[in-house]
Amino acid sequence: MKLADNALGGPVRMLAKPNLGEGFAFALMAAALIVAPLFAYPVFLMKALCFALFACAFNLLIGYVGLLSFGHALFFGWAAYVCAHAAKVWGLTPELAIASGTAVAAVLGAIVGALAIRRQGIYFAMITLALAQMMYFFAVQAPFTHGEDGIQAVPRGRLFGLVDLADQTNMYVMVLVVFLAGFLLIYRIVNSPFGEVLKAIRENETRAVSLGYKTERYKLLAFVLSATFAGLAGATKALVFQLASLTDVDWPMSGEVILMTLVGGLGTLFGPVAGAFFMVTLENYLTTIGQWVFVVQGAIFVVCVLLFRRGIIGELAQFLRIKL
Amino acid sequence: MKGLISLAALAVALGCGSAQAQYTDGTIKIGVLNDMSGTYSDLSGQGSVIAARMAVEDFGAAAKGMKVEIIGADHQNKPDVGSNIARTWIDVDKVDVIVDVPTSSVALAVNEIVRDKNKVFLVSGAAASDLTGPKCTPNTIHWTYDTWALANGTGKAIVKTGGDTWFFLTADYAFGHALERDTAAVVEKNGGKVLGRVRHPFPGTDFSSFLLQAQASKAKIIGLANAGSDTINSIKQAAEFGITSGGQNLAALLAFITDVHALGLQTAQGLILTEAWYWDLNDADRAFAKRFAPQYKGIYPTMVHAGVYSAVTHYLKAVEALKSDADGKAVVAKMKEMPTDDKLFGKGTVRADGRKIHPMYLFEVKKPAESKGPWDYYKVRATIPADEAFRPLSEGGCPLVKS
Amino acid sequence: MFEVLGISSQALFGQLLIGLINGSFYALLSLGLAVIFGMLNIINFTHGAQYMLGAFTAFFLLRYAGMGYWWAIVVAPLVIGLTGIIIERLFLQWLYKLDHLYGLLLTFGLALMFEGTFRNFFGSSGLPYSVPPELQGGRNLGFMFLPNYRAWVVLFSLAVCLATWFVIERTKLGSYLRAATENPTLVRAFGINVPRMITLTYGFGVALAALAGVMAAPIYNVSPQMGSNLIIVVFAVVVIGGMGSIMGAIVTGFGLGIIEGLTKVFFPEASNTVIFIIMAIVLLIRPAGLFGRGA
Repeated sequence: MKLADNALGGPVRMLAKPNLGEGFAFALMAAALIVAPLFAYPVFLMKALCFALFACAFNLLIGYVGLLSFGHALFFGWAAYVCAHAAKVWGLTPELAIASGTAVAAVLGAIVGALAIRRQGIYFAMITLALAQMMYFFAVQAPFTHGEDGIQAVPRGRLFGLVDLADQTNMYVMVLVVFLAGFLLIYRIVNSPFGEVLKAIRENETRAVSLGYKTERYKLLAFVLSATFAGLAGATKALVFQLASLTDVDWPMSGEVILMTLVGGLGTLFGPVAGAFFMVTLENYLTTIGQWVFVVQGAIFVVCVLLFRRGIIGELAQFLRIKL
Repeated sequence: MKGLISLAALAVALGCGSAQAQYTDGTIKIGVLNDMSGTYSDLSGQGSVIAARMAVEDFGAAAKGMKVEIIGADHQNKPDVGSNIARTWIDVDKVDVIVDVPTSSVALAVNEIVRDKNKVFLVSGAAASDLTGPKCTPNTIHWTYDTWALANGTGKAIVKTGGDTWFFLTADYAFGHALERDTAAVVEKNGGKVLGRVRHPFPGTDFSSFLLQAQASKAKIIGLANAGSDTINSIKQAAEFGITSGGQNLAALLAFITDVHALGLQTAQGLILTEAWYWDLNDADRAFAKRFAPQYKGIYPTMVHAGVYSAVTHYLKAVEALKSDADGKAVVAKMKEMPTDDKLFGKGTVRADGRKIHPMYLFEVKKPAESKGPWDYYKVRATIPADEAFRPLSEGGCPLVKS
Repeated sequence: MFEVLGISSQALFGQLLIGLINGSFYALLSLGLAVIFGMLNIINFTHGAQYMLGAFTAFFLLRYAGMGYWWAIVVAPLVIGLTGIIIERLFLQWLYKLDHLYGLLLTFGLALMFEGTFRNFFGSSGLPYSVPPELQGGRNLGFMFLPNYRAWVVLFSLAVCLATWFVIERTKLGSYLRAATENPTLVRAFGINVPRMITLTYGFGVALAALAGVMAAPIYNVSPQMGSNLIIVVFAVVVIGGMGSIMGAIVTGFGLGIIEGLTKVFFPEASNTVIFIIMAIVLLIRPAGLFGRGA
């Protein structure tokens, strides 16, 4: 049984039209997120949104291509660094800073992808982990990252030179727009001919090859896309918190995004979002208990892998008999 | 619980009579932010919360009608976790003052946030001398020690007592570089020579290779420009390779009594280090330690804990005088205006750049035979008077200081 | 004597020897991983935590049971190996039918749990554990002072590695093991209890990790993160050596220790990353690893 067989366990759906369930769910999600700042602390929400996008990006790779990357923090964290540096040192406006961060993530994705795609399954995971760790050590030493201190006091700037992002509401709107746009783009990618080939590769690569598809290229492109969206999430996060630090490139961060996606539901559309919100909320409540956070995370991993493989959204979709 | 406190506050306020103090939320809320479970948990951790509590008790806050609440949180030595907690504390929990914060990277991040939101930041645990230099703010006071004081204490005093050739073993990250740079400058200024240096990856586990290079240099003093478990490991492995028995001395540029405790006297004997406070210096300190240790799993107070006690005491005095805790800048200005006086650090002052001034001490770790019991680890090698212990005001580069 | 790039030959030999010592740990740990992976096709992410548990067990044995190092060398691997068996029976056995990545995720979760729990109780400053009196001191080899304990580490690790290799590659038990890896159904048809072999193999791999932990206790800090710092480097070693190859793990472990040691002399800042750089290069040239069979 392959990782992340879709929620109904059936064959790949060939239709590309969005179904009613998905559309409704999306509308619900967007509406909830629009009113959320009235009820919850906006900075907390923005954090959850950035991680939700990160998890969606990760899910693109694992859920639809079947490749488990254990080093996604590389793209997330380095995009954060570049964006922070661009905003603080080069004085770029926020949209340009985010764009630079995202671009760097894409380039890194191409390089890492080219190295890692040659292998599959566990080997692929190990390679991504090791390469991410190498870049972590590089981040510790590179002068522009300021090592332990990280890049602090990153100015949020004025979006397009007009909208002052220091205002919490403006910032929230921007982050929400970035998230929804990213989410829709990923949806579009997954439900396109390209996406169908990816799913075919996941189901049976040999057969896809025999049908004439250059699977290596598809996988590489998917990897780069996943890295790019992860970078977008990281760059946005750097502006939200006005900080880019080593935590963003360290391997526990890679572990966190895996956990979020696992809890939410691998291979489902809304799973990563649910998982991200769940984990961020959990961590919020657990800050008072310090290192027990790791134990709880570990326990969630174990429970999910053994008993709860479909994740929150997966189970929900199964229960409602719709595709989410 | 919250209802009870407000009720109590109301009752107290009513019963207070004439001058009524205006505290935000009716309470003075102190947030102790530090490492509660990692490398620095012993030297700060829950102990700092205990120290803060003792300060509030000794100040007699309840009797004076001041409602003081203390909360603690773990920043896990990560700037993003720390800044998140600080931000949430101030925005949501109405915390008025944040204290402690070891790990300079976190302190620097919290420094910015507290300034932006006009609260008070009393740093006891962190070392970065930038906090009273280019990064100084009107909301922050750096209480206990800093890298300059350590470099000056350890570097200068060692050179003056014959340790004039140095080799540095430096953790290869910003803090390690800064520590090495500051100490090397002091060594050379006092007539010593730096024979060489090697940078080890941070964090490191095995220092044998680097220690061999240090040994080969034949420098009299091997300066350890690292912290936490790196320092402990370096010292342990140096003993293993017979470096200290071979005639070279180790100087730990950032070490605490809890590190010596972790190493044991057998390994740590002869180590030279600088601290701002030690529990066995006088009777008041000893009494404090006897009160503190049973509350904190038998661990004796470190200079960081003492700093928290002293800082909170002075803060409460300032807030009492102002009758308000709302304006961070005003409270800090008051703290700089009033001379400090507490059981642990005695009399002192807070400078315009936010630097608290007191003497520093150069300690040497006792041999096992010289120690009368657990935590009896130090003998005083030199006392650096308060006016020499810290970087001169003019050299800091703090924008608050009119030059 | 002679000089190489500004470093005297004495210093060079000293560093090589130190590299060899570090390599022993890499070899022992990657051996355990290779054995487990070869047999179960699971990447045991918990390996680092089990290494840490071995060191802590040694510490507890000394502190609370008065049992010294020589007891710990035997008892700790047995105890931790037993916990490994429990883990395999409780958790891992349900995952064999699934995608192998689930095994990775599960062991990752277990590693987090172990490390988090120990971090809570023991902070991170580390606990003292001294070199056993029989092995204290050292001898002056002329080019460096070699602590006796470090010499012991190299020799003992080498012995354990070679013994393991011998058992797996040259004995009947080992041949059953290798056969069961390739075709478990067929081997079961011969009447051999394959599930029990799998369980014991996992236990053995874990015991190897715990043994490495005991050996590390006197020289590296006994702290809750000692495993996680090391495990990723060990993964890289295993990838370079070839994931299922026993000899590959041993040779690569020692070899990389030496290379890392040399890097510390000539280019110390890169010593953390050199292993990953080598891994990237090896993957470009030989994707299956130096000794690996293709996959």
